[in-house]
Amino acid sequence: MPAPTFSGAPVYLVDGARTPFLKARNAPGPFSASDLAVQAGRALLLRQPFAPTDLDEVILGCAAPSPDEVNIGRVLALRLGCGHKVPGWTVMRNCASGMQAIDSAASNIRAGQADLVLAGGTDALSRAPLLFSDAMVRWLSGWYGARAAGQKLAALKRFRPGLLAPVIGLLKGLTDPVVGLNMGQTAENLAWQFGISRAEMDAHAARSHHRTLAARAAGAFGEISPLVENSGRVHPDDDGVRADSTPEKLGTLRPVFDKPYGRITAGNSSQVTDGAALLLLASEQAVEKWGLQPLGRLVDSHWAGLDPARMGLGPVHAATPILQRHDIGLNDLDAWEINEAFAAQVMACLAAWEDADYCRDNLGLDGPLGSLDQEKLNTDGGAIAVGHPVGASGARIVLHLLHRLKSGGRGMAAICIGGGLGGAMLVERI
Amino acid sequence: MKLKHWKLDRDADGLAWATLDKADAAANTLSSAVTDELAQLLDHLEQEPPKGLVFRSGKAAGFIAGADIEEFSSLDSAEGTRALVARGWDLFNRLAGVAYPTLALIRGHCLGGGLELSLACRYRIVVDEPGTKLGLPEVMLGIVPGWGGMKRLPERIAAPAALDMMLSGRTMDARKAKRLGLADDCVPPRVMDAAARGLVLSGRPARRQPLLERLLNGPLRFVVAAQARKQVAAKARPEHYPAPYAIIDLWHKHGGNALAAPDVLDRIVRSPTARNLVRIFFLQERLKAFGKKSALAARRVHVVGAGIMGGDIAAWCALRGLTVTLQDQSLERVAAAIGRAAPLFERRIRDPLARRAAFDRLIPDPEGHGAAHADVVIEAIFEDLEAKRGLLAALEQRMRPEAVLATNTSSLRLEDLATALASPGRLVGIHFFNPVAKMPLVEVVEPDGADPAMLARTHAFVRTIDKLPLPVRSAPGFLVNAVLAPYLLEAMRCVDEGIAPATIDAAMEAFGMPMGPIELADTVGLDIALAAGRQLAGATEPPRCLAERVERKELGRKSGRGFYAYQDGRTVKAAAGSIPDGLAQRLVTPLIDRAQALVDAGIVADGDLADAGVIFGTGFAPFTGGPLHYRKTRADQQPQ
Repeated sequence: MPAPTFSGAPVYLVDGARTPFLKARNAPGPFSASDLAVQAGRALLLRQPFAPTDLDEVILGCAAPSPDEVNIGRVLALRLGCGHKVPGWTVMRNCASGMQAIDSAASNIRAGQADLVLAGGTDALSRAPLLFSDAMVRWLSGWYGARAAGQKLAALKRFRPGLLAPVIGLLKGLTDPVVGLNMGQTAENLAWQFGISRAEMDAHAARSHHRTLAARAAGAFGEISPLVENSGRVHPDDDGVRADSTPEKLGTLRPVFDKPYGRITAGNSSQVTDGAALLLLASEQAVEKWGLQPLGRLVDSHWAGLDPARMGLGPVHAATPILQRHDIGLNDLDAWEINEAFAAQVMACLAAWEDADYCRDNLGLDGPLGSLDQEKLNTDGGAIAVGHPVGASGARIVLHLLHRLKSGGRGMAAICIGGGLGGAMLVERI
Repeated sequence: MKLKHWKLDRDADGLAWATLDKADAAANTLSSAVTDELAQLLDHLEQEPPKGLVFRSGKAAGFIAGADIEEFSSLDSAEGTRALVARGWDLFNRLAGVAYPTLALIRGHCLGGGLELSLACRYRIVVDEPGTKLGLPEVMLGIVPGWGGMKRLPERIAAPAALDMMLSGRTMDARKAKRLGLADDCVPPRVMDAAARGLVLSGRPARRQPLLERLLNGPLRFVVAAQARKQVAAKARPEHYPAPYAIIDLWHKHGGNALAAPDVLDRIVRSPTARNLVRIFFLQERLKAFGKKSALAARRVHVVGAGIMGGDIAAWCALRGLTVTLQDQSLERVAAAIGRAAPLFERRIRDPLARRAAFDRLIPDPEGHGAAHADVVIEAIFEDLEAKRGLLAALEQRMRPEAVLATNTSSLRLEDLATALASPGRLVGIHFFNPVAKMPLVEVVEPDGADPAMLARTHAFVRTIDKLPLPVRSAPGFLVNAVLAPYLLEAMRCVDEGIAPATIDAAMEAFGMPMGPIELADTVGLDIALAAGRQLAGATEPPRCLAERVERKELGRKSGRGFYAYQDGRTVKAAAGSIPDGLAQRLVTPLIDRAQALVDAGIVADGDLADAGVIFGTGFAPFTGGPLHYRKTRADQQPQ
């Protein structure tokens, strides 16, 4: 068992803000990925005692930046008024890009290379591009290369309307490039492996919606900063949450990944959304210099690799080593956030920890790790209700975990990552 | 050859670079010393003609700002006028006739005589920067572009566009200059020298106008002139503004040569209108200079109150490059203000990235965090003494000590607000006019005991956002509203006496006002006019016509009906009747009386500033030189 331990300077999670998550509705949404991050970042920086130019760097996770803002971290820094001198960069670890940005910020703070870092994630999945197919690109290159009229004519003869069928960038992004399964199919694998029924998944999904609505009513989403369109339209809240979500209704939906036999539907999967979540990280010196009152401290983090065809178990593989390093059990923590990519995937994580064989074969344990108390897990709902703007989700669950914890409380945020990875962070509320 | 203002360099290729860097001046103007040296320079080049000649500026500020306004404003004879026009006309004709190719490399403003010099060159290259502006603004000073502009601009671009440019005085940017054919190319600064060298040595003939444009400047000239006369007539009366009519005539009948019609020229240049417009130009410079007393370069502004005024002030500041936090009780109100900013940004910022940056700078701040970071905080909430006092006291505690704290109140006493503060001396008034984007004036109000450093910073801030600051002392209505109130009330009393509103407005439009008093009252809002009238005109009874309409909730433009009806933003007016004798004088008299009284009371420092304030704050007929100047010149003309 590799046991990287955190040593050196403490890393503070000072404050954070996120946009409402806006559900993609079959058309490009009103905000680009950088627009979303700018609105969250402006609100977050506005309430700080320092100026944007005082930041040491800006790190942004983004799984699908548009072609004109590939280094979207730098775009964000400049658009926030950080000035020319504050570096900005972009990280990409699929669904954990936002968590990776936090981890990268923490590393630089721990190494003494930075004191004050804005980090998080953003994605505007509704604006994922439609691409020309490879066949169409080949045809176009022939067409542009044709000079003589005869060549042009020959090229035209080779044209077929079918060449125009676009490749949907989003589906490409959500398909594993090595094993060729899309993310939904990896979740089907888990449902099959752990015998999770469709009804159980739908019940889990309905609960996610109900928990989110109850939390909203209780004012538990203080980290949300509303979005304002240039037209003056306000988006105050996550717009994919449904009050009318019931297991019965969800039961009527058709499977979308393994048609027609599968168990995973749009209803028991996370929603395709646009959103951004940002946190401010600081060293001890920066906390003192600016008189900051941090929300909490980043205690530990871990990244793990596993079979890409079972990527949904990533949280199990990433969180377990942290528990071991700190010699704590699943329920010794006060709160858990496991990103709900799919109901089946979260349920499979719980099942894996309860499964003696799985724990022995994959985690090197003597027996099952235990049963995670569901009253500690995703108590304000998850990505099935709130949405999953891929690059932002890792930062969102860390931020929301901090908001859930009471002073002195400790909690874990963990996320599964397409490609067969898991990420987890242990935080402590101050 | 010894030159003070020009520098002539010849490079190895035989190319000559003439750089204008006028001595002891921030900007290049074509004073007689500068044009005399240009003549010498041409003499010198005649001895040993270069392969090409490039004109450029040695100033960071721009290319050439125009003629020297002091020189022509001091003209006192027809002969002097003729000589001044001939100086530039002959010189630029000579430049246009040299055998070697010539080019103007235009970076920054290129106005009036500067553009006329450029037009006399074979080629023009404009540098693609926001500061590059080309124009012939002579008409705004009541004169004509007599140094070849009227002849050569219509030879470069289509005559209707050329006339529009000369008649409006509007400038165009580099890209439009290229698009219309005024410039041969539009290039980024990094290649401007290479582009100038390449073009001037290219041997290419001067750009020839397309056939249609040649027809418009030739046989079809009469059609274009007739059309232009019609357009000008809709905007300005010849007795008030003779210059635009003269421009059309000089182009149409004399090929743009003002020397061919010396009587017209002298009448224009020495007309009261030209003198008054030049006077206003200098008054404007005087207002601008108020901003120089403090080095504050404000970067962040916090505005509280996202209503029409507060929201529009915030949008304007963001447009001018400042970072603005906008606070109100609900995000929805702030968002609505952002929605109102959208068409302004859309109109004023062409570049989509620059427009996005303006939106990024306009930050909703419902919790008011921005006050702590701001260089200037502006309070623009509803007019309630206690609400404002509470807000100002709270703001003071959170603000940086050197930041300006300003109120946009128009009806409350600043002294009553200031006492809410721990340091009452820091409060100043900053009174914008509606619509903010259109009105150039901002009254900077000095309450008793105000800190002079704060006032100086406020003036500097007003300049930073490109408005004209007018210092006034705290008094009801300050200057602008105080002079408007008795004028509007008098107009409404005329309605009570049975004169039709349209007739009253027609009388004042004939006087030269941009909008008649009745329509102005409708625009301001009749409820506001009633309240202001009560406050600013003492205990007198409000006009019956006003009270009745307010009673009926006919509040003017905003309610769709006041003295007039409003449909789809248009005023529905009956035809004006015949205007009774002396009506305009009757209406304008209370305005002038009040302006004089305010000068006498020291509310505004002198008559010139009062004139500037009333012109830039109300649009008061500019050709008159302002209300007090108007009264003085009338008294001079009518011996008692």
